[in-house]
Amino acid sequence: MANATLTPRRSQLTKGKLPNWAMWAVLAGALILGAAVAALVGFSIISWAIFSAVFFIIAGTAVTGVAEGGRKARNRLALFLIYGAFIVALLPLLSVIWTVLERGVPGLSYNFLFTSMNGVTGAIDNESVAEGTPVLGGAYHAIVGTLQITLWATLISVPIGLLAAVYLVEYSTGGSLARAITFFVDVMTGIPSIVAGLFAAALFGQLFGPGTRTGFVAAVALSVLMIPVVVRSTEEMLKIVPNELREAAYALGVRKWRTITKVVVPTAISGIASGVTLAIARVIGETAPILVTAGFASSINWNVFGDWMSTLPTFIYYQILTPTSPTATDPSTQRAWAAALVLIIMVMLLNLVARLIARLFAPKTSR
Amino acid sequence: MSKRIDVKDLNVYYSKFLAVEDVNINIEARSVTAFIGPSGCGKSTFLRTLNRMHEVIPGARVEGEVLLDGDNLYDSAVDPVTVRSQIGMVFQRPNPFPTMSIRDNVLAGVKLNNRRISKSDADALVEKSLRGANLWNEVKDRLARPGSGLSGGQQQRLCIARAIAVSPEVILMDEPCSALDPISTLAIEDLINDLKSEYTVVIVTHNMQQAARVSEKTAFFNIAGTGKPGKLIEYGNTTDIFNVPSEKATEDYVSGRFG
Repeated sequence: MANATLTPRRSQLTKGKLPNWAMWAVLAGALILGAAVAALVGFSIISWAIFSAVFFIIAGTAVTGVAEGGRKARNRLALFLIYGAFIVALLPLLSVIWTVLERGVPGLSYNFLFTSMNGVTGAIDNESVAEGTPVLGGAYHAIVGTLQITLWATLISVPIGLLAAVYLVEYSTGGSLARAITFFVDVMTGIPSIVAGLFAAALFGQLFGPGTRTGFVAAVALSVLMIPVVVRSTEEMLKIVPNELREAAYALGVRKWRTITKVVVPTAISGIASGVTLAIARVIGETAPILVTAGFASSINWNVFGDWMSTLPTFIYYQILTPTSPTATDPSTQRAWAAALVLIIMVMLLNLVARLIARLFAPKTSR
Repeated sequence: MSKRIDVKDLNVYYSKFLAVEDVNINIEARSVTAFIGPSGCGKSTFLRTLNRMHEVIPGARVEGEVLLDGDNLYDSAVDPVTVRSQIGMVFQRPNPFPTMSIRDNVLAGVKLNNRRISKSDADALVEKSLRGANLWNEVKDRLARPGSGLSGGQQQRLCIARAIAVSPEVILMDEPCSALDPISTLAIEDLINDLKSEYTVVIVTHNMQQAARVSEKTAFFNIAGTGKPGKLIEYGNTTDIFNVPSEKATEDYVSGRFG
């Protein structure tokens, strides 16, 4: 009786199917063939990868078509194309992160993070290039400016955006006011950032005299860009709060605004938080509106209501465009890349914070 | 506690569409009244007019009077919030607040209205309400856990506990067992039997056995066809409705020979 189990037998259910290693074999073949063809036209990693990918897609589809039939071949082709598109989409991102890390990490030091450009002159940069002394000067003032301006922009736009979204979802009945708000929010989404900057500069120029440039003007400009994003994302999040929860609260004799503040918004808070983070990430890298509203400073200024301010993007812009030392630009370039790295890290930290908020406030479902 | 409800010549509209036409009904205090009828006949719509919940839907309005112990709910000076705090409601699908613990769900009616309540009073209220909803023994060790972690039947009983924690006069139930299994249904039905000693209970149900089991009075609603308004066909003692109905339509419906 044991004989029957000893004889290996191909399952009827896997008949006509390629074994799992088949695609790996095709991949290996495509890599070898790709290397050979790439060598003919001048070998490089990129040409090798492109030729191998093309051979792999053709051969993989053909092998599948012969062994498993047309439907499976089409399935496989679609699968390859989807993975290919994913990889192509991922490459620029990885490339950006890699470049910024490669060039930014050398410039990143305690000195860079906690000193400003105050008193750093071309002579000092020339010296550090000529004699190899450490690069002086840093982005502390720009980090302070970025945090301050973004914080104020958030303080302005989150209440306005949140309340507008609450009106649209909870109070409006699709009347002309709601339609107008939705329309203008859509228009605002498309406003070029420099126009928002000019608007804020002109507004404060009218109110406080021409040439009024402070961090707060920049914050107003950024909030013009942030508000539509906050309204849109909050609106979507409020819409997906089930109506049953509102009705449950009403049935307990709870007033409408209390239902909104205690039931609807808390239920949607995690989505709202990530929407706000996305809005912040959208404006934290803005350069043009900052230049026309906050000017440029090389020393530390904590006061958003007085004097010019720098942010990381404007710092990068000036370091590249007008290096501190026109003859030895390396220290300025290094500072610009380090500032870019700091900016990316700030956005990443923001995302982490948003995730944390989402985790903390999310509706609890565990048993 | 518990008040009677008298409805006089009530028409319910969604914008221009007449959904329920000319209902007259007297619901006794401390009794269980069941509304039965085919889908779309307006029994849920009518139930929601009894605590002005239908107003949540834009365009919904009523004509006629609903009297709670003689006071008209639809008097222009009446605040719907006052009405709803006296007439509680349990919905078809259990809907505990997902951001709140079991304890906070029970206290929701108090806390969401920002009424101050001492910790000992709150504890007492939570225990009393959960005992009233036959749920205390199952959840007393995990009051701080989220309410959405309970089973469907437990969630529904939690919603009932939440409704009775604000000590209403009347409890409306809109098909409270339609999403539940037979054992949970039995638990809810037992609970309804207990509730009627203190509250006026009105229940909409698709399950005729359930109406026969829990209610003293039954109202049969029917609809002449799509687009026509729903009407109250017959209202009487449950035993009469199921055994000797006076209308042909009622007899057809309760005996399963519908149409």
